[in-house]
Amino acid sequence: MNPAAVARTAGVVALLAVAAAVPLASNVTLTHVGVFVLMYVGATLAWNIFSGYTGYISLGAAVFFGCGMYTVAIITKHLNLAGGVVFALFPVGAVVAGLVAVPFGLIALRVRRHTFVVVTIAIFFIFQLMASNFSFTGGSAGILPPFLNWDPNTFDEPFYYTALLVAVAAGVLAWLIWGSRFGLQLRAIRDDEDRARGLGVRAMRVKLAAFVISAVIIGFLGGLYFYFQQEALPEFAFNPFFDLTIALMAFIGGFGTLWGPVLGALLLEPYLGYAQLQISNSYLAEVVLGAVFLAVILFLPRGILPTVGEMITKWRAARARRAATPADGHPPEVAAAAGSGATGGGGVR
Amino acid sequence: MTALLRTDGVSKAFGGVQALDGCSIEVARGSIAGLIGPNGSGKTTLFNMITGYGRVDSGDVYLNDTKITNLAPDKVFALGIGRTFQLTRVFSRLTVMENMIVAAHHKERAGRPGGGRVRNPFARAGGPATRRRAMELLEFTGIARLAGDRAETLSYGQRKLLELSYVLIADPEIILLDEPAGGVNPTLIGTIADRIRELNRQGTTFLIVEHNMEFVMGLCDQVTVLDYGNAVVSGPPDVIRNDRRVLDAYLGTAEADDDSPAA
Amino acid sequence: MGSRLFQALADGVLGGGVYGLMAVGLTLIFGVLDIINIAQGILVVLGSYLSFVLATHLHINVFLGLLITIPAMFILGIAIQWFFIRPLRGRERTSMSLLASYSVAIIIEGVLYQVFGSNFKQIPTSYFNSTVQVFGYYIPYIYLLGFALAVLFVVAIYLLLYRTQFGRSVRATMQDHTAARLVGIDVNRVAAVTFGIGVAVTAAGGMVYGSINAFNPNSGYDLISRLLAIIILGGMGSIAGALAASVIMITLESMVDVFWNPSWSVVVFYAVLVLVLVFRPQGLFGRREARAQ
Repeated sequence: MNPAAVARTAGVVALLAVAAAVPLASNVTLTHVGVFVLMYVGATLAWNIFSGYTGYISLGAAVFFGCGMYTVAIITKHLNLAGGVVFALFPVGAVVAGLVAVPFGLIALRVRRHTFVVVTIAIFFIFQLMASNFSFTGGSAGILPPFLNWDPNTFDEPFYYTALLVAVAAGVLAWLIWGSRFGLQLRAIRDDEDRARGLGVRAMRVKLAAFVISAVIIGFLGGLYFYFQQEALPEFAFNPFFDLTIALMAFIGGFGTLWGPVLGALLLEPYLGYAQLQISNSYLAEVVLGAVFLAVILFLPRGILPTVGEMITKWRAARARRAATPADGHPPEVAAAAGSGATGGGGVR
Repeated sequence: MTALLRTDGVSKAFGGVQALDGCSIEVARGSIAGLIGPNGSGKTTLFNMITGYGRVDSGDVYLNDTKITNLAPDKVFALGIGRTFQLTRVFSRLTVMENMIVAAHHKERAGRPGGGRVRNPFARAGGPATRRRAMELLEFTGIARLAGDRAETLSYGQRKLLELSYVLIADPEIILLDEPAGGVNPTLIGTIADRIRELNRQGTTFLIVEHNMEFVMGLCDQVTVLDYGNAVVSGPPDVIRNDRRVLDAYLGTAEADDDSPAA
Repeated sequence: MGSRLFQALADGVLGGGVYGLMAVGLTLIFGVLDIINIAQGILVVLGSYLSFVLATHLHINVFLGLLITIPAMFILGIAIQWFFIRPLRGRERTSMSLLASYSVAIIIEGVLYQVFGSNFKQIPTSYFNSTVQVFGYYIPYIYLLGFALAVLFVVAIYLLLYRTQFGRSVRATMQDHTAARLVGIDVNRVAAVTFGIGVAVTAAGGMVYGSINAFNPNSGYDLISRLLAIIILGGMGSIAGALAASVIMITLESMVDVFWNPSWSVVVFYAVLVLVLVFRPQGLFGRREARAQ
């Protein structure tokens, strides 16, 4: 293995070790915020698997979050469950979200990109309204779970570790997909969907698959969120800010890249998490969120990872240029990415 | 010799504009055929009709005497007709190698005994055989050392070569090239012409749309001229070069010719 | 039964006219700039607040107040486009502009909450209270005047687009930015002014909306989601479509409201949208585009 790969792996392992150790610090606030951070890491990774890779921006992820939330809430309430057993219901929430994603995707993915975003918003509102109006979802009063008598000092820990597991799983999944045939097709769709179709890529199937995968992960997190907050309310289950926040995180870190979303979530959520606890004035938080988003879009449109990557590449190229002999005539090329094994026959420039 | 590719009275109108008007052409197997004509004569439209990027109003397209009219682009591609575009269409954010792999996946899938279903969706993109073949083709077209570079960093000429490469990876029987020499520097044009000849020697048939007369006349066995959506004349380059109708198509009617510069 | 039907139709058509005005602004912006202005909803609410302030603090007649709010919103629109939309470049301009306008929307919403709080307001106006009797049903003047205003504005926009030099530039830009530039049209200026017009109509829409309904900053969501549904239904970029869809959808909602159950009327609204998209993704008046990016 080359040194870069070793360094990368070591870095990831270290990061995971730190993450796993957080609850051991016995700082309740830290752990509490940590749960949110990890949830957003997972959610943003999941969102990116669909929206980032295919370029179809979805502002309806909250639909899946809410479905997961309500599924777990309804079952918990109905069967009067409490404690660790509820955790077993999270996958059920995930499955329900996935099932919802199928018709949702089949309808929404037939339209152009701009319309697609809007359709996701429309469907989001339908769900929000349904949650507020249906009686089995408790209407606007929502659903509260049966009493849970866990020790408040360690309450957060099982949630933390579950969220960590989900975040890691999402990361692994994103990584597997990135390098796979499936992932390549998704990314080709983003660049030129018609051309991809012309070459035989089954665009609808591929997009739908990514959409469902994304939904399943987010649905799981929705279920987790329900039990973490001990309530399911329409305005929090189906919350437009959720969508905006994960979109923002993905953009900050690097929309469509593999690890950008993680970076974005890690950067942004601690701030947002603390802000939510400290700043009682949530309206101010809104303004700040909007302003940050605007700033990112205007000044750092590709996100941190790609921009930094570009800067590094330019710096390397400039260094190489300075080192090369001027008599060569040809400016030396930017180093090709590792693994190409190019033998360069008959170069044409 | 039976025609490999044939169009029979294809017509297509866009709103008030009749782009193709009963256009019938033939491409003989194993030949390099040229398609020329003034702007607006319907060349790219004809390509689009053949390759499924649009539906014909009337008429038919035949591949080996099988009707392929109005088939979707991916089916046309699967039947062995490859095609490049005037404004190169490559996957910009993907690397050159990844571009090749996307084009090859279809073949990979078709080669599997199970048919359509992919067994392992997380299989690494592009097996070793595909990559080897891709590198061969990239070496053939001369851009192998760019394999790890993102397609968007390629120059226009290199992109044309990439498009040609990935069309080749599917082993098509016939390749439709839309202005392969357009906007490309002279040295590269020579390279492209050589590659086409080489591939033709190996059995691939070509149908080339071009405005560069030198390129077409020097390369093609047979040239068809389109004018106002109709095939006006067809024959070997020498014949076409001197045909009155061709001059008319490009320069207007005969009477105005006397003072105008030579074609 | 008859009068209930009439009530539903009247509410629907008249209300649809007003929504149509706001939707036309949104679809115009999309047609010319190729962007979706998510902030349109909250801008209507801003218009409502502006009219509210003028009516309650300065006691200006709401229609006269428009002489102030419309130019103000026009300038605001130009500013938003100039500073936050125009700088966006790259292939994903449309998606980015969507997020940018969403950000602007939540900033405006936050500011409105800060300034006005979350209590519901309604513009006090005699036009709401006095009614005219038609077929045994009392229609508040504001509905009729609002509808008339909407018609006036739509006609004005139509005249602008089809009878003026500027309008020709706008239509050319809608067709093809590059070609428009080639014939000497300052596309940036056209874009800015169009955005300004699109926002300026929200001042009028806001005044009528705020006179009829109680509103607070949160009302922006409901508005924008309806407006989006309307323009998709009508076909994005089609002005006729926006109008037709507004009247149809609001009338439909009104009927459901009266004959079935008010809390379901909004859901029906979106359900219809989804249904239409299943069978006709380009909307009622949209063209079936070749799938572009």
